[in-house]
Amino acid sequence: MDVILFLIFAAIAVVCGINVVVQSHPISSAISLIGVMGSLAVLYLLLGAEFLAAAQVIVYAGAIMVLFVFVIMLLNAGAEIRHGRALLAQVLGIPLLFTFLGLMLYFVQHMFPGAADVHFGGFTHGTALDVGRALFTHYLLPFEVVSVLILIAILGAVVLAQKEME
Amino acid sequence: MNFFLLSLIKAAVVAFVLLTTLAYLQWVERKVIAHIQVRIGPSRVGPHGLLQPLADVIKLITKEDLIPPYVNKFLYLTAPFFAITMALLSISVIPFGGPIHIFGDSTWMQLTDLNIGILFVLAVSSVSVYGIALAGWASNNKYSLMGGLRSSAQMISYELPLSMAVAAPLLLANTLSLRQIVEHQSGYYLGFIPRWSIFQTPMPQIFSLIIFLIAAFAETNRIPFDLPEAENELVAGYHTEYSSMKFAAFFMAEYSNMVTVCAMTTTLFLGGWLPLWPASAGSNFVPAIVFLLAGAIALYHGLNPVRRRDGFTLPVVAVVFFLLAAVFLIPALQGALLPLFWFAAKTGALLFLFIWIRGTLPRFRYDQLMAFAWKFMFPVAVLNLLVTGLMVALFS
Repeated sequence: MDVILFLIFAAIAVVCGINVVVQSHPISSAISLIGVMGSLAVLYLLLGAEFLAAAQVIVYAGAIMVLFVFVIMLLNAGAEIRHGRALLAQVLGIPLLFTFLGLMLYFVQHMFPGAADVHFGGFTHGTALDVGRALFTHYLLPFEVVSVLILIAILGAVVLAQKEME
Repeated sequence: MNFFLLSLIKAAVVAFVLLTTLAYLQWVERKVIAHIQVRIGPSRVGPHGLLQPLADVIKLITKEDLIPPYVNKFLYLTAPFFAITMALLSISVIPFGGPIHIFGDSTWMQLTDLNIGILFVLAVSSVSVYGIALAGWASNNKYSLMGGLRSSAQMISYELPLSMAVAAPLLLANTLSLRQIVEHQSGYYLGFIPRWSIFQTPMPQIFSLIIFLIAAFAETNRIPFDLPEAENELVAGYHTEYSSMKFAAFFMAEYSNMVTVCAMTTTLFLGGWLPLWPASAGSNFVPAIVFLLAGAIALYHGLNPVRRRDGFTLPVVAVVFFLLAAVFLIPALQGALLPLFWFAAKTGALLFLFIWIRGTLPRFRYDQLMAFAWKFMFPVAVLNLLVTGLMVALFS
């Protein structure tokens, strides 16, 4: 059951991911990206990380992508005009893709030789309780540093947006 | 009994009850608004217009289903489907009552209890904005686009105070499961004040309730925040180009969201299925007394009819109420019916509040709406959360 669900949603994620690049209209690309986020959330859920799954949907699918779609609608961006691809990209594109995939596989296998296979249901520390405890004890410093970083980004956005007013 | 069979039966019952409620909620809304505006409201189809929802459904199904030219067909067709799916989805985690025993099986009056229940509802509500936004964009119409833009900006803005207001009672309950949140609110102070979140020490959640309700009005696009479909500015907003059942899907989605939000308020703040005062003080007889009183009033007006047809319809209504009162007195059924009664009563009172406010308040201006969300609601919600956190840390 878990494996079948995994295969279905992994396939959806990959197809949607390819669709993001292939589609010519920005709205269609954005919706495909929402599909990727949604199927990733299901994969997290299958692995036992239910809090992460909910956060994935709330933050990425529900907030960030809504802003993307909002901006695309606001600017009323039209369909992209296709130009012919460069000769280099036509010839080397697909071989390079497979080379990089192979390299990635090689590095993953050699950097983590002792890594065990994933078992569905083997991980049970994905609840909100566990995540919260880990964030506020073991990872307290990175967590606080990231929050300061985000605060700086917000201030930067406010400063940039106010420049025209003066 | 098989787990799947039981779940299937429960899902079918909940879906049937929810859809009937949606149809009749619209009748209730038209009647209540009519009486606020000193009109009669629907009265031609059936006694007191009671068959009006049925007539509306037939009308909507048989209307011409028009797809305008130059729309983005795929999105135009999927948007209403998406909206109604997301609107109906979140009812699946709402607990309606405690455990019940049927045919030797014990089950909860809830479709499923997720340990991330609240997050599930928030996730579904945050995704549901796509239905409206994409409908507005795909219609290829200026007014629709404006409606879609307004709704996405509005729903993102009000989602923040909504989530903050939800977080405060969670600090008291210490769990994300909706069933456990209700169970945590059981019991009474001094023997008669219920331990609901709005009364609970160390920090009564009355401010959270107010913030949550205001944000909920904006999230469900109801007056005074119904800017996405403001008739005098945008024709009908995001659903201008929709007709027949596709329009009905948006209509049902709005009412379904309203029911969900009221059920959530009941669960989080008003003690869910728990009674107003303890059973030892006679709260078990409240539903029977309420129905008896309603039946007596109907019978009195039936015997002294104002209009000729009242002499027949009101005694029938009275008999129905008396039967309901009798059903609530059967001890074998009380265990299942009393929680349902309290849950429905609280949710219904909140739904009435929604309709009441629609009949009372004018619409905000768009800049007022945004300024209110960011300059007032958000800071107040953060402050409320901080104070609640401090009180919980100090006194529990």
